[in-house]
Amino acid sequence: MKLHTTHVDWFGLATVFALIGGSFLALLCAVLVPQALRRAASLGITVTGFTAGLVLSVWLYIDSANGHTIVHGAFYRDRWTALGQIILCGIGLATSVVSADHIPVWGRNADQSHRDDHIAEFFALLLASAAGMAFFVGAANLMVLFLSLEWFSIALYVMCAIDYPPAASAGGEAAGARPEDRGAFGVPGESSLEAGLKYLIVGSFGAGALLFGSALVYGATGQISFHGIAHAVASRGLTGDTFMVVGIALIVAGLAFKMSAAPFHMWTPDVYEGAPTAVTAWMASATKVAALLLAFRLMTTAFPHNGHLWGWAFAIIAAFSLAIGNFAALVQRNVKRILAYSSISHAGFMLIALSAGSALGGRALMYYLVPYSAMAFGSFAIVAARERELGVPVTLENLAGFGWERPFLGVAMWFFMFGFAGLPLGGGFVGKFYVFAAAYRHGWVWLVIVGVLATLVSLYYYLGIVRAMYMRPAEELQVQPGGGVAVGGGAPAAEWLLHLAVGAALAVSVGSLFAVQPLIDLARHAASALPL
Amino acid sequence: MSASSLTSILIWLPVAGAIGVWLLPLSRYATGALAMVFSLAEVGLWIEQAARFNFSQSGLQMEERAKWFGDLGVSYHVGVYGFSLWLVGLTVVAMAAATGYGFWVGRDRPRGYFGLMLLLTGATVGVFQAQDLLLFYAFFEAMLIPLYILIGVWGGARRMEATIKFVIYTMAGSLLMLAAIVVYGLKVGTFDLVDSPASASRWLFLGFMVAFVIKAPLFPFHGWLPDSYREAPPEVSAVLSGVVAKAGLYGMLRIAIAKFPEPTSFYRTAVLALAAAALVYGSLLAFRAADFRGVVAYSSLAQSGLIALGLFAGTDLGFDGAILQMVAHGLISASLFLIAGVVERRTTTGEFRLLGGMAKGRPALATLLMTVGVISLAVPGSASFAGEFLILAGVFQRAWWWSAIGAGAIVLAAMYMLRLISAVLHEARGSTVSDEALDLRPGELALVVPLVAGLLALSAWPAGISHHSFFGPSPTETVKAQFK
Repeated sequence: MKLHTTHVDWFGLATVFALIGGSFLALLCAVLVPQALRRAASLGITVTGFTAGLVLSVWLYIDSANGHTIVHGAFYRDRWTALGQIILCGIGLATSVVSADHIPVWGRNADQSHRDDHIAEFFALLLASAAGMAFFVGAANLMVLFLSLEWFSIALYVMCAIDYPPAASAGGEAAGARPEDRGAFGVPGESSLEAGLKYLIVGSFGAGALLFGSALVYGATGQISFHGIAHAVASRGLTGDTFMVVGIALIVAGLAFKMSAAPFHMWTPDVYEGAPTAVTAWMASATKVAALLLAFRLMTTAFPHNGHLWGWAFAIIAAFSLAIGNFAALVQRNVKRILAYSSISHAGFMLIALSAGSALGGRALMYYLVPYSAMAFGSFAIVAARERELGVPVTLENLAGFGWERPFLGVAMWFFMFGFAGLPLGGGFVGKFYVFAAAYRHGWVWLVIVGVLATLVSLYYYLGIVRAMYMRPAEELQVQPGGGVAVGGGAPAAEWLLHLAVGAALAVSVGSLFAVQPLIDLARHAASALPL
Repeated sequence: MSASSLTSILIWLPVAGAIGVWLLPLSRYATGALAMVFSLAEVGLWIEQAARFNFSQSGLQMEERAKWFGDLGVSYHVGVYGFSLWLVGLTVVAMAAATGYGFWVGRDRPRGYFGLMLLLTGATVGVFQAQDLLLFYAFFEAMLIPLYILIGVWGGARRMEATIKFVIYTMAGSLLMLAAIVVYGLKVGTFDLVDSPASASRWLFLGFMVAFVIKAPLFPFHGWLPDSYREAPPEVSAVLSGVVAKAGLYGMLRIAIAKFPEPTSFYRTAVLALAAAALVYGSLLAFRAADFRGVVAYSSLAQSGLIALGLFAGTDLGFDGAILQMVAHGLISASLFLIAGVVERRTTTGEFRLLGGMAKGRPALATLLMTVGVISLAVPGSASFAGEFLILAGVFQRAWWWSAIGAGAIVLAAMYMLRLISAVLHEARGSTVSDEALDLRPGELALVVPLVAGLLALSAWPAGISHHSFFGPSPTETVKAQFK
């Protein structure tokens, strides 16, 4: 008997294979390479993996002008997928470079002898989560969608908690350290573990909602592929079907959890705050890219006939995110929490583009993601540098004088904050403009007004960070965390890897202001793969 | 170097200079000197631009156009008209004087400071040359970034409140303008200011006007003004009131009046009323102000009102006078703020009750302050007399009572300016004025004298500007044709 096998276009999955292959190699590294070389070796593998992924996805972008599904209709090989993978691999490259110095975080007085114990596993997880996301953005049916969502989420749960040190080094007291020196957050790694757990529980809830919604949609249509669903809905007139409506609502909620849009954002500030900052940087940029790109494709491909329903749903979620993200950020003192709320509000901006559901909206979303992810990544990386310098969580108070002490990082943060606020120092400005244009073309002037007001509110805390860095009175410049002596002293660590990553993020965010046309052309070609 | 590339060079040269100042690890002195080289090069380039500008030709000149993002019709489009040429000139001259002042007093953290001053120069020149709405908006906002840091880092004791107020006020206005820009540009299909047709939408007109009225400012949107002008370093106040405020007035002319003729005439009375209120209220506040910078700050409010009165009169004389007065007042308030800084450096204060009697033994200070003050109160024969006369004559053609209000306010101008002069220069010697307080030093003279010389030249030949701002049979026709 001869088994029937379908032809598989393996090259269409090349990016995913490069990343997952890198992940396996990094895992091998954890057992085969001696501890002294482990960090360098696994970093090398990770950088190579992401670079290979980047090259392959650029190749795929060039080679996939005519988008189609592969693996029996399970995965899209088109430019939307490829461009998403390019962005993801770029962020991954920057994350691995920053992680080289900043994982684990552990306070400087904790026992450092076990620092390199699990670094290879961390890099393996980073690559695995990237592979999951690269798979996620190309998902063509509900099964692959759920599978890849769990794939990258599980990796992220562990990455959030990875700062929990092995028992031998956990005892801050045993090392004779004062309470304020016991690692970054009181008991070393405790909040990291808490973040991982919180993300696991809330994330599972979101994934459950998504799965339940998928089941209902499958029940209504008998289809799992995005195209099949749209076809079934059109041919059998299922637009108003209760299963369909409830199913779409649950899917929207499940995806909104992942993109941390209000009112599904409750986990975000806590998890972003507790997770090691390099992981936060990765989550704030890459997870949003994956979730938003997938959501745009899913909604426009599978549910075009319910556009009114999800359009309004996402518009309302966007308005909520803008309101809650910005207002809640106003009262925060912890910089990571401010940036977490800021990422919620930016999810709101990008959802405006999604809710428009048009080709312009697709371009707007794709464009917005480029400067946004660069700025989000860069700002968290800078927080990581400050955190390491001080050994305590970064607040507006102990950010005082940072801009003058570390001129490059200060100026970069300055650019990111003004860029976030939509001032013309970077692509954030053009991104906002595109998003507003998409909303206006959709006939939603009210959403433009909401966005404008949200931007106005956001200025206060973005400028607050700049103020904290540069304008504090001189007497506040002597940082004394925990009321003790100024931490450390002497020149801060050189951290040229981190500077490299921040420099790249700065170049992308500023460059995207000038290179709008090329980026928009890329985004247009990507969006042309969608049935708009 | 072709004539048209001059426009772009004028914008990007200072930006390149800013990046150079930030990156090069130069000493304090070398940093300031480098910044001065760039500022003076700007002045030189502007003179070249003015020399090559053809005043007998209509339409936009020296334009440069490049695609920025085509799918929405946004482009990089710059160029100059007669009136924008004068405002660019005002910008580069005032910025050079302000940068020189910063150099002279030796501002802390020179690389940050001079880089931001150069960035501000580039952005402001960009505002006056941009011919695309989104580009205009980008430069309009870009001015805010250096100003925010300059006030926040180098400002006075209450700079925090001042910066927050300044930023929130101006951003509230300009974000509404952004919404208006999105709607207007997408509706007409292009963001190009030269190509886009006129619109009759009153909402859009208001969206633009809010931003300009706050920036100018007019009553009652001047809440940010006293704090910012008092707390900023004096040379930044000079730029803020001399140049940046003019961006708001320029926007009224270039966008609000030119692109929205119907709403302009609909809201004419309302805007004229706000302008008249700013004129009278600003003059009264200036008369009551207890310190040097307070007087100059509120008189700027009054002058913004006067210029808006000329712009919204919608008559030939009003337009000509408004442009002349913009340049004249720019030079006046820049020199006054610099002199205020000079006085504050010698006495540590600008409060009148602690000042007085500074004329004795300080002839250069007395002469310059007297000259600027007398020009500022519009003594016949001065540049601002010409400007104010044109504006009042222009608004008289609209209705006589507007010019009656304006003439009354000019009397008030004499009152507050003479009060300022006597409180600083004459009267009994103030407690903070010591004998050791020097007269103006050569470095300070080199900054203020060129500004005053410019004012004297304008006083001698006001037609140099008022007859060389709008081409065509009459300014109203040119505005009606949207400067084409």
